[in-house]
Amino acid sequence: MPRAAGSECVFSLEFAVEGMDFAAAGDVAGNLKRALQQIGLEPTTVRRACIVVYEAETNIVIHAYRGRITVDVSTKGIFIVAEDEGPGIVDVELAMREGYSTAPQHVREMGFGAGMGLPNIRRSADELDIQTKVGVGTKVQAVINIGRTGDGGGV
Amino acid sequence: MSQYFHSVTLDKSLCKGCTNCIKRCPTEAIRVTEGKSHITEERCIDCGECIRTCASHAKSALVDGFERLSDFEYRIALAPPSFFGLWKPQSEIPVACARLLSLGFDEVFEVALAADIVAEATRLLIENDSHPRPYISSACPAVIRLMQVRFPSLLPNLIPLEAPIEIAATLAKEEAIARTGLPAERIGGFFLSPCPAKVTAIKQPVGRMRSNIDAALSISEVYGAIARMPAGEVEPITIRATPSGIGWGGAGGEARATRIRAAVSVDGIHSVIQVLDEIERGRIQDIQYIEAQACVGGCLGGCLVSQNPFISKVRLMAAADTYGAKEPAVADIEVGRLLNGHKLSFDHPIEPRPVMKLDPDLAKALVMMKDLEMTLETLPGLDCGACGCPSCRALAEDIVRGNALKTDCIFLLRERVRELAEEMVDLARKVPPAMGQNAPGSLGETGERARDVTGGGRDDSR
Repeated sequence: MPRAAGSECVFSLEFAVEGMDFAAAGDVAGNLKRALQQIGLEPTTVRRACIVVYEAETNIVIHAYRGRITVDVSTKGIFIVAEDEGPGIVDVELAMREGYSTAPQHVREMGFGAGMGLPNIRRSADELDIQTKVGVGTKVQAVINIGRTGDGGGV
Repeated sequence: MSQYFHSVTLDKSLCKGCTNCIKRCPTEAIRVTEGKSHITEERCIDCGECIRTCASHAKSALVDGFERLSDFEYRIALAPPSFFGLWKPQSEIPVACARLLSLGFDEVFEVALAADIVAEATRLLIENDSHPRPYISSACPAVIRLMQVRFPSLLPNLIPLEAPIEIAATLAKEEAIARTGLPAERIGGFFLSPCPAKVTAIKQPVGRMRSNIDAALSISEVYGAIARMPAGEVEPITIRATPSGIGWGGAGGEARATRIRAAVSVDGIHSVIQVLDEIERGRIQDIQYIEAQACVGGCLGGCLVSQNPFISKVRLMAAADTYGAKEPAVADIEVGRLLNGHKLSFDHPIEPRPVMKLDPDLAKALVMMKDLEMTLETLPGLDCGACGCPSCRALAEDIVRGNALKTDCIFLLRERVRELAEEMVDLARKVPPAMGQNAPGSLGETGERARDVTGGGRDDSR
C-alpha cells in the first residue's frame, strides 16, 4: 500500500484495543475524529475515516484477544492499519457480505455484531487489504485519499 | 457589529474564576484566564450549559426588554409551548395568554400552531422522500450550531424545515397585516424565549438571512410580570393549537406530534452528542427521525424557564389535553401545499463552522497536530482544569496555537520548581576553589563548575 513520501510530515496515532472491552469501543474513533477535525479535513473525509476505524476497533473488541490500530495522516491520505491477535477470518469473502456475522449471541444482544463491519469499511475506504491467518490473527489496511475535495482549504 | 452575536454573556464582576463552566461546555469554548472566564465567540453555540453550571450566576442570557414594545404599532406575543408549561393546571392557560394582552401586546399567537404545521410537514417528508436517514430535527438552534461545529458531516441530515418559531412569526404577521392593514414594519413579533439559543437564532439566524421575529423576551421575566399583575377579570383566549402541537415543547413531544414510530427523542446536549456520534458512525440506520434538544426536558428545561422541567411537563400535558383544539388550525392538505411551495424551508444553506481547525494549510496543521500530541504526552492527563482549560488536551491545543504556556499546568510548574530547588541546593554546596578545600561538596567537583546551571537550556517559550 502506498505511504506518504519521505520528507513529508506524517501525523501518527497509535491505539491499543482489548478484546471484549465494550466500554472502550468507540474511543479510538472519537480520538481520531477530534484530531482529523483539528487538522482541518473535509467533514466527509473525517466521517469515512472514523467509520473505518470504528468498525475496525469494534471488530477487535468483538472477535480478537487484543490488537493495535495505527493511523498515519499525511497531505495525501489517511492510512489505517488494524492488526490483531485473534481467531482470524475463515472466509473473507463471506465476511465481506452484508449481514454475515460470526459474533456470538451475547455480543449481538448488546447491539454489536450485525455483520456490517467489513462491508462498512469497504464502502468508506478508497483502498482495502485484508490479510488473515486462522488461529493467528488479522491485519486490515485501509486508505482514505484526501486532497480531492478541498481538504485543508479555507472552508 | 462583531462577526458573532451571542445571547450567552458573562458578568465579569460576578465571575470568581472557578473552572466549573469550562468542563461542561460541549465545544470547549471557555477558558479561565487572569481569574475570569472567557468565551471564545466562534465556538460558542449558545446552549446555555455554562449558565446552568455557574454557581455565581456570572453567566446569563441577553434578552430584549419590554421597552421594545414601543417600537411597534401592533405587537404580537409569540408564546411557545414552554410558556404554557409554567402554569398550574388550575390557572388556566387561556387566562394566562389573555394577561399577556394586559402587558401591552395586541395579540397572542401560539407557536404551537406552527409546531402542528412542522409536525405534519415532517411526517410528509419522511413518508414521501428518499433523503438519507435519519432526518434530524431542526427545531433546536443549539443543536444546529453544535452540528456546524462538531458534526458537520451530518448537516445534510437536518430536516429542511424552518423551526416552528419562524413559521409562527411569518403566519402571525401575515394574519396581522390582513387584519389591521398596517405595513409589515409596524408590526412587531415578540418571542417569549425559553433559552439563549433561540435569542441568538433570532438575532443572528442560520438557515435564513433575517429572522421574522423582531425581539426576544425572557419567558421567566414575562411570567414574573404576569404573576405580579393584580387579579382581575380578563376575557380568556381561545387556544387554536392541537394537544400534540402544545406537547412539542417537552422532550419527546416532537416524536409524538409527528407520529413517526421509528423516532429517537434525545434531550440534554451531552446525550445529543452521543446520539449524533452513533449516527455519524452509521450505527443508526433503522431510525427515521431524531428529535434532539439541547436542554434536558426539551424547551421546558431552557435556562430562561425558571421551573423544573419534569414538573412543568406534567402541567404542559394537562394543559394540552384540557385546552388543545380538536382539529389543526391549518389543514393537512394546506401544509402539503406550503411544503411543496417551499414556504417552510430554509432560504439559506447551513454551512459547517470548522472552528477546531489548527491552520488553514493542511501541511502546517499536520505539523501542529504532531506537536500537540507530543505536548499532550508531557502533561499529567488529570484534566484538573487548574490551567483554565477544560482538559490537558485542550491545554496542549492552546500551547501549539501559541495561546498558553506549558507552565500553565500547575503540575509541570511544580515539577520545574522542584528541579530548580534541587539545583539551588546542589549549587549551594559548591564552593569556589579560592575559598578553600574543606567546604562540604566541593571535593572533586571542579570539573562541574562549567556546567550549565540554567537546567540544560529548557525551552520555556511554550
